[in-house]
Amino acid sequence: MELGSYQDQSQATFSLTDEDHTLANSLRFTLNQDPRVTFCGYSIPHPSDARVNIRVQTTGDQASEVLKDSCQDLMLICQHVRSTFDQAVVEFKNKKGLDAMNIEP
Amino acid sequence: MEEQKTPKIPVWDLPDVPKGKLPPHLELQRTRVLCTSDAPTHTENIRYSGAYASMGVDNSLRLGHFRDNFRVEVITLTEDDMEFDMIGIDASLANAFRRILIAELPTMAIEKVLIANNTSVIQDEVLAHRLGLVPLKVDPRLFEYMSENDVPNEKNTIVFKLHSRCERGSSRIKVLSNELQWLPRGSEFTLSTEKPAVDPTSRPRTYTSFNCSQDSLPEFSNNPIGPKHDDIMIAKLGPGQEIELEAHAVKGMGKTHAKWSPVATAWYRMLPEVVLLQEIEGEKAEELVKKCPVKVFDIEDIGKGRKRATVARPRSCTLCRECIRGDDWDKHVALRRVKDHFIFTIESTGALHPEVLFTEAVKILEDKCERVITELS
Ligand code: SF4
Repeated sequence: MELGSYQDQSQATFSLTDEDHTLANSLRFTLNQDPRVTFCGYSIPHPSDARVNIRVQTTGDQASEVLKDSCQDLMLICQHVRSTFDQAVVEFKNKKGLDAMNIEP
Repeated sequence: MEEQKTPKIPVWDLPDVPKGKLPPHLELQRTRVLCTSDAPTHTENIRYSGAYASMGVDNSLRLGHFRDNFRVEVITLTEDDMEFDMIGIDASLANAFRRILIAELPTMAIEKVLIANNTSVIQDEVLAHRLGLVPLKVDPRLFEYMSENDVPNEKNTIVFKLHSRCERGSSRIKVLSNELQWLPRGSEFTLSTEKPAVDPTSRPRTYTSFNCSQDSLPEFSNNPIGPKHDDIMIAKLGPGQEIELEAHAVKGMGKTHAKWSPVATAWYRMLPEVVLLQEIEGEKAEELVKKCPVKVFDIEDIGKGRKRATVARPRSCTLCRECIRGDDWDKHVALRRVKDHFIFTIESTGALHPEVLFTEAVKILEDKCERVITELS
């Protein structure tokens, strides 16, 4: 759900249900690093509501587009983390296999 | 107070700040937490894209830059535990992975317990709670969530039976988790609404409606489902006491109840960095080595009988700050933490291997992003 005004699309508050610090803090990280963003922050209005509000203000671009791009960035980061991690695990297992067999790598 | 005398220099005589590079003191504040004797300082992560714009430094997100710098190094990896270094990532992401590992990765755990008989000293509800906390060795990805209106079937429920009895005249016995017996065909208790069967060939309706036996499914035929550990104490029975029950396990998440958390715990710490600001020699070096309870420092011979302190094992530093206490020790030793180097530890409860857990956690964060993208489009 998005709350903003029709006149000025460069600022909006996005209210995400069933999300918490996990996503909001990560998104704040990517949003903050986007040069189009002048301000961003998030709040959880009440701890027993599963809801988080993310505020995005930009230098002129549409706030929802900027948020979407940030999500995209975060996904790319995650994919890279996953592939790097998997590779490191495979390497570690291979090395351990070699060590167990007492073979010089 | 003594007045500090700084020589007056006109601003235009000050040297220029080099463009495109942060001066060393700012670089230090950006990348390190400084642990001083009273409190840690510069704990924040400066992430605003224009934070250093005046110095011509671009602080915006550059994925290429991230890809070049991000590294993972596995330190230990066993069936249940894993420790690895994650280098070049922000705390917000490391923390997101940790939170997902603890609270948002599903596992199977006992949720409903049908107690037919319990004459032990342990009350029904306490017994049920204890059963809930027993970790099960089963891949949760093979099961579906059971929502409120679902009937328990072979896709969303695992049934265990426990029947234990201590005979009169014998001594007290323990009921261990290995007595939980998997019922691949589902519940054996008939529904209380069911009339006594007139026709002995028809199977009476039970508390679950399985369409097939779970052990006929390829995933489980060679891999029976059971508790991860065989020696978890569930109850003790005195002579003449008996427990007869059925336990139904379903899929759930750690944020509903900790019994569904796939990790005993998952945590990270930032890499400690211990720096000697000056050469420390002789007796002072011996003193420093003695100060540290986890033996971070060593003594090195530099010839002619002179001894010098070195930092040998910074990784084991607990930041107890003992080495900067008193006198002017903080002028000699600096304690820091590297802001983007995380020593991540995962302790699995046994449902999945720790490396699988982490990959799944990252996938969940991706799914969350995808959800937001689809909702915005
Ligand atoms: S902070 Fe404590 S553990 Fe770390 S080097 Fe100093 S004395 Fe040792």
